[in-house]
Amino acid sequence: MSKSARYSLRFLRVWQRNLLVYRRIWMVNFMVPLLEPVFYLLAFGIGFSGLIGDIDYAGRKISYVAFIAPALLATAIMFNSFYETTFASFVRMYYQKTFDALLATPLSLEEVITAEIVWGATKSVLAATLMLVVIALFGLVRFPEGLLILPLAFLGGMAFGAVGMYFTGITPSIDMFNLPIFLFVTPLFLFSGTFFPVAGLPLWGQYLATFSPLYHLVELSRLAVMGRMESELFFSLTYLVLFSVVFFFLAVRAMRRRLIK
Amino acid sequence: MRFVVCGKPLLVSRHEAIEPRSDGFFTIHTTQRMSDEKTRPLVIEARALRKCFGAFTAVEDISFSVARGEIFGLLGPNGAGKTTAIRMIYGFSPLTSGSMRVFGQDIHDGWRNIRSRIGVCQQENTLDPDLSVEQNLLVFAGYFALSRKTAVQRTHELLAYFALEHKKEAKVGELSGGMIRRLMLARILINDPELVILDEPTTGLDPQSRHQVWDKLKELRDRGLTILLTTHYMEEASWLCDRLLIVDRGRVLVEGAPQDLIQAHVGDSIIEVDQPEPALRDFIAAQDLAHEDFGGRIIIYSGQRPELERIIREDYCAHTCTFRNGTLEDVFLRLTGRGLRE
Repeated sequence: MSKSARYSLRFLRVWQRNLLVYRRIWMVNFMVPLLEPVFYLLAFGIGFSGLIGDIDYAGRKISYVAFIAPALLATAIMFNSFYETTFASFVRMYYQKTFDALLATPLSLEEVITAEIVWGATKSVLAATLMLVVIALFGLVRFPEGLLILPLAFLGGMAFGAVGMYFTGITPSIDMFNLPIFLFVTPLFLFSGTFFPVAGLPLWGQYLATFSPLYHLVELSRLAVMGRMESELFFSLTYLVLFSVVFFFLAVRAMRRRLIK
Repeated sequence: MRFVVCGKPLLVSRHEAIEPRSDGFFTIHTTQRMSDEKTRPLVIEARALRKCFGAFTAVEDISFSVARGEIFGLLGPNGAGKTTAIRMIYGFSPLTSGSMRVFGQDIHDGWRNIRSRIGVCQQENTLDPDLSVEQNLLVFAGYFALSRKTAVQRTHELLAYFALEHKKEAKVGELSGGMIRRLMLARILINDPELVILDEPTTGLDPQSRHQVWDKLKELRDRGLTILLTTHYMEEASWLCDRLLIVDRGRVLVEGAPQDLIQAHVGDSIIEVDQPEPALRDFIAAQDLAHEDFGGRIIIYSGQRPELERIIREDYCAHTCTFRNGTLEDVFLRLTGRGLRE
């Protein structure tokens, strides 16, 4: 079986299946991205801003709320796809035996994995869209450039969906996901220029942050939402694309090793 | 030729297969269905299959072929390599060596086309618990790239055929074991397959559901479908299978029609003697009878020898003696041994 013959648009059928399930409980699925930014912006805007005041970012003073709003979008993009291709995919693969059934139909393993990752990215786009509306109501988004968040959410969703799928391929049991979450996702969440500028870190910390896919996602979403970023547009975009591609193929390889016996 | 007799037949030639029907009648098959087997096109051609997982060899050397319109059984104790062999047929498990051709195409290159023409019912429940009964069929139709119109029509037909229409809105978790199995059978037929592969299709079902599954499988066979199944129930294999293969430790032990295998390996008649006396053992040794001795019980493969049966009944039956026909279960146990597996 040549490798190219294993990829086709048939993966969209599996993607459709996930969309169908998502629509069954759309109320729950919509609630989190709608309410989460409200909670954060209220907490940080009302409670925190008084303590911090304005902050320096990319050579300009901006309000703390304006600083974290794009980061909230970026972290939601990360969490939505990462949780989808870790916990949710693991349940489908291991507990529900859904992949076993799929692999007895004219679908290849590559198509099933592609569908899962693209679905994770789709959830990121859906969540980012809803959050963008809420953040825009706070007056924190400039339009039409802010709409660039949507393709960016897809790219970021692919990056974190792929790395999540890779962890699913190598994680023996569902409880073990606590490890990548604690050692990978949580440090990214805290140290990627999300809640304070990377400039606040020591030099080695700043250097490390440039390896964080979330840092580049946060930077790109600041550029879309408020028109400024401190990193290089081309570098951040390239980094995210390469990260997605590398982990996509690592994920497929890990899942092939795990499932095909 | 088939004919139906009323009531329980007292004497039936052992060359005939008796099949109980749900209405209390029996159908007696007097001619072998598969007499034209040689002329039929082969659906599955498995040659010298071998599958290793690291140092462990799950399938050592299995060859068989299945002709169109056959019900073919794959029997063997747990760990014999049945499920692995099945996974090789639909291209899930790559072969370590050997060759697998389905519909005349090599599985390695033709997997997508082959899978689009078959239905696979796995051992475990692989239905989609996030979807309703009806959606399970509709969504599955999508994986085969059926048009929406065809998918809706097939779904409707199959729900009716498997008596699931009243449950079409239900979630899979709300179904009974029998309904789950029926839905799995419905789902593998969504693409109108030419071959279906069933891994233990009746395990865990109550007798009613099991008979219903058997009826459906025979109906499907009579419509021209080719069926390959595994089972641990020997009476199921006897009734359903036109031909079967008994495998153990990754190798083929025997192959043939159930009745032929019974004739060849255990004979027509069997005498089981409970708590045999030493004199019986001496008698067996003196007569050189084919038998198995389990200490508290001796099984004698007596063949059609009324005189022998009379002697044992009169002289050696201090406790319980059972005179009965040989069955596929006797063949299976004789060939694979009685030691526990796993």
